[in-house]
Amino acid sequence: MSAEPIVRARDIRIWYGTTRGPVKAVDGVSFSVGKAEILGLVGESGSGKSTLGRGLLGLLPDGAAMDGELTFEGVDLLAATPKQRFAYRGTHLGMIFQEPLTRLNPLMRISEHFSETLKTHEPSISKAEIERRSLEVLRVMGIPPSRFSSYPHEFSGGMRQRLMIALALVLRPAFVVADEPTTALDVLVEAQIIKILHDLRNSFDTSLLLITHNLGIIAEACDRVAVMYAGQIVEIGAVDKVFADPQHPYTRELLRSTISLSTTALHSIPGAPPDLVDPPTGCAFHPRCPDALAICAVTRPIAYARDGGAPRSGSTDVACWVASAKSGTVTLTPAEAAPLPREELADADEA
Amino acid sequence: MNSFFGRLLAPFRNTTGLARWILVTGLIITGTFVIAAIFAPILAPYGFAQMSVAGVDFPKTSPPGPGHLFGTNNQFYDILSRVIWGAQTAISVVLLSVVLSALIGVPLGLLSGYVGRWTDRILVFIMDALYAFPSLLLAIVFAFLLQHSIGSGVISAALSLTVIYIPQYFRVVRNTTVSAREATYVEAARALGAKNGTIMGRYLFSNVIQSVPVIATLNAADAISTLAALGFLGLGIQPTDASEWGYDLSRALQDASAGIWWTGFFPGMAIVGLVMGLTLVGEGLNETINPTLRKRRFRKVTLPPRTPGREEVGS
Amino acid sequence: MLLIIPMMWVLLTMVFILLRVAPGDPVSAAVGGKLDPTVIAARRASLGLDRPLIVQYFEYLGQVIRLDFGKTLSDNRPVLDIIRDNGGATLTLTIGAFLFALVIGIPLGLIAGRRRDSIADVLIRLFGVITYAAPIFFVGLLIQMFVARPLGLPTSGIASPRTQFMVGSAPKTHILLFDAALSGDGNAFMDVLIHHLLPCLTLGLLVCGVFIRLVRVNILQTLQSDYVEAARARGIPENKVIRDHAFRNALVPVVTVIGLQAAMLLGGAVLTENTFNWPGLGTQLVHYIEALDYPAVQGLVTFFAAIVVVVSLAVDVINALIDPRVRYR
Repeated sequence: MSAEPIVRARDIRIWYGTTRGPVKAVDGVSFSVGKAEILGLVGESGSGKSTLGRGLLGLLPDGAAMDGELTFEGVDLLAATPKQRFAYRGTHLGMIFQEPLTRLNPLMRISEHFSETLKTHEPSISKAEIERRSLEVLRVMGIPPSRFSSYPHEFSGGMRQRLMIALALVLRPAFVVADEPTTALDVLVEAQIIKILHDLRNSFDTSLLLITHNLGIIAEACDRVAVMYAGQIVEIGAVDKVFADPQHPYTRELLRSTISLSTTALHSIPGAPPDLVDPPTGCAFHPRCPDALAICAVTRPIAYARDGGAPRSGSTDVACWVASAKSGTVTLTPAEAAPLPREELADADEA
Repeated sequence: MNSFFGRLLAPFRNTTGLARWILVTGLIITGTFVIAAIFAPILAPYGFAQMSVAGVDFPKTSPPGPGHLFGTNNQFYDILSRVIWGAQTAISVVLLSVVLSALIGVPLGLLSGYVGRWTDRILVFIMDALYAFPSLLLAIVFAFLLQHSIGSGVISAALSLTVIYIPQYFRVVRNTTVSAREATYVEAARALGAKNGTIMGRYLFSNVIQSVPVIATLNAADAISTLAALGFLGLGIQPTDASEWGYDLSRALQDASAGIWWTGFFPGMAIVGLVMGLTLVGEGLNETINPTLRKRRFRKVTLPPRTPGREEVGS
Repeated sequence: MLLIIPMMWVLLTMVFILLRVAPGDPVSAAVGGKLDPTVIAARRASLGLDRPLIVQYFEYLGQVIRLDFGKTLSDNRPVLDIIRDNGGATLTLTIGAFLFALVIGIPLGLIAGRRRDSIADVLIRLFGVITYAAPIFFVGLLIQMFVARPLGLPTSGIASPRTQFMVGSAPKTHILLFDAALSGDGNAFMDVLIHHLLPCLTLGLLVCGVFIRLVRVNILQTLQSDYVEAARARGIPENKVIRDHAFRNALVPVVTVIGLQAAMLLGGAVLTENTFNWPGLGTQLVHYIEALDYPAVQGLVTFFAAIVVVVSLAVDVINALIDPRVRYR
């Protein structure tokens, strides 16, 4: 893992305007992805994972506002003009979507998808070169060359997802966002796709942001994991460290909720994800948190690195008052450290 | 200029707002015509086939002026009066035809959708064929036939129009009935021991009745044009029986090359106005009943400055 | 595809019942009171109208299969001759109208869809509603008064008498526009073309509102589609996304609607022809209606029904050519 990250995001906010007020889909998120690194992004539905992934590529709908700091190989993407961002998309930043069935233009042959993509970014490219490069990446994905001029509807779901990956990789982007790439597929195909994504860094040196709600996929395929709750990252770090010893109560509850062969009783987190128009004050998780302290309802927790000091690129960090009090990074007054009264928990839950 | 209009339109961009605005505009326009139709005897200065007042003949094709606000045509008729009386003719013909086609189409659709099997197939086939046929031609054929048997008055005009709208009610009602029949709540009612008649009457009809007003208003708009077209082709109501806009337009055709604009302009605008009014009511009803027709859209949002002293997780 | 035959059959049966069974005796309807009863009986016999209805019905079906649409009563002319002599004018009128509708409607729909809720969108949609609401003969009348008069454009007929005499007297294709082109007389061709201008525009305006609405909604839908977002994610520029992805996909349903509009266009043609004194099938239909000539009306209406069925078949074929999903199904 190189010292200089490929993608560095600091304090990203993405809000949507609605009639009820702004939805704070992403609210102050920072992370970085190193070269050939796979960062998993996990969280419940509506936690802002997909919005964050689209925001990185500049694919937000009209009416969404984004700010913060986003650099790709040192280039400030948010300051770039729309034209520059278009040029970056495909060549440097790629995206793989959740539903492969509807992501290919039904009226265009696979070959036309490839030649359109390649010609857009390399206008002088020859026909032979287009075919050579497309077939090479299709071969890596296990699509036979005989299918090159077929139409999308002639492929199965798993094959279409491999086509989408091939289409994203034909320009060799350094960074790819994969937004729940296996959710719409069956389990066997899922394993296949995850293996392909995992092997990408070996074959193409690609960095990946893998968005999923499946903790098994994270454990299987990722180097690092970021846990997102209510538009914020609550815990981030090396997968083995975070999963073996989760510091944030939400991560812990999430890990307890997974179903495996050894599961004897199902566990779920009480309460529902918060309303992002009016999120709870302090730590957004406090209404559902079993360990909540008085301070959690008032002040937003400060992130710290587990091995001491402020968060750094590649460190394992957590943002939780309980965890930081335990580790001794902050000292809370007795009033702040008092357990959050039960009634208030119920009230907050209702609100 | 652009932002001025943008701001002017802003309150109507909201889903319910726009639908309401369309509906209200349509209702005002349509209401004006309905009032003209009902109070035609009071509102119209003269009769629709009146050529003189107190023994003095009206001037022939005189331009709009103080005596005749919309002028007169080459039959010595007062155009304003004919436009107002025309509203009465149009609205009574269309009302009659819409009620008749709904009265025939809705029960047929319910029957077809509920009974299914052969009844359904045959009815669907006939209705599809009727629907595929150019509606104006169908109306022409019927007007032609009825002209011969019952003459050319309000009734025969209404009957000619009725035929072309039956398939529309039939289709919508039949499809709704089929899907409602499959719906679980009907199953539940059947399981509870409700009789078939009860199910049909209570559940299906209340479901189906929602879509009928929308079709009825949109059909009424179409019927106004078709009635005028029949009149234009000489198949509609005769000028001495009632005033009809389409007939007046056909008479006005020969005036156009002579530069006489008022004989055709006013009846024409009356048709455009009433058709538009009814279309707007239909569209407004449609959007109010099915708000899902418009997708939810995001509003502009500006990010407030950050509250200082906040720390984040991560690198 | 297979539905064509039963659909045709239902339509033919309908036409037969309406125009042959319902009215009773067409001969006395047309010429009754003027002729001696024995003459009327002879006319009836010569037309085969004295035979049982069921026999007449099957004979009618047989005739239509042989593309024979019967003979008129008033001037004893084969309906096929009328179709040959006047069909060409209706054909060029409707094709020209379609071209106008496409040329006006599709770009306006595209603009309205791309600039949703802008002033342009509101104005274009209003234009669409008005063209739909205004009856075709009123639009024709307005065009005659406010466009044709100032510009000196023709408003009556398909050609000036000179061209009619030069070209129309020796028809090769029976489509005057083509005959004029084939005659090598440039003036005659321009003359026929100019006569087409306003009638085609009038009829085209009727249909273009439908296109505007359809293209606009389709563009809005395709621009929100998953594959458009995916194309953007590959860095395809917005204008290319619209041209190659949104536009093509938005036009697929337009073909189907063109098929449905054929029926509306045929009805509109009848009105346009009567507004512009156009020598097409619509004016002929109205002429024979006024003459109370049932066999002629029956023949012409049968022909119209056949056209509708053939167009709906053609649309299915074209759809299969455009959309690979249909082709492989």
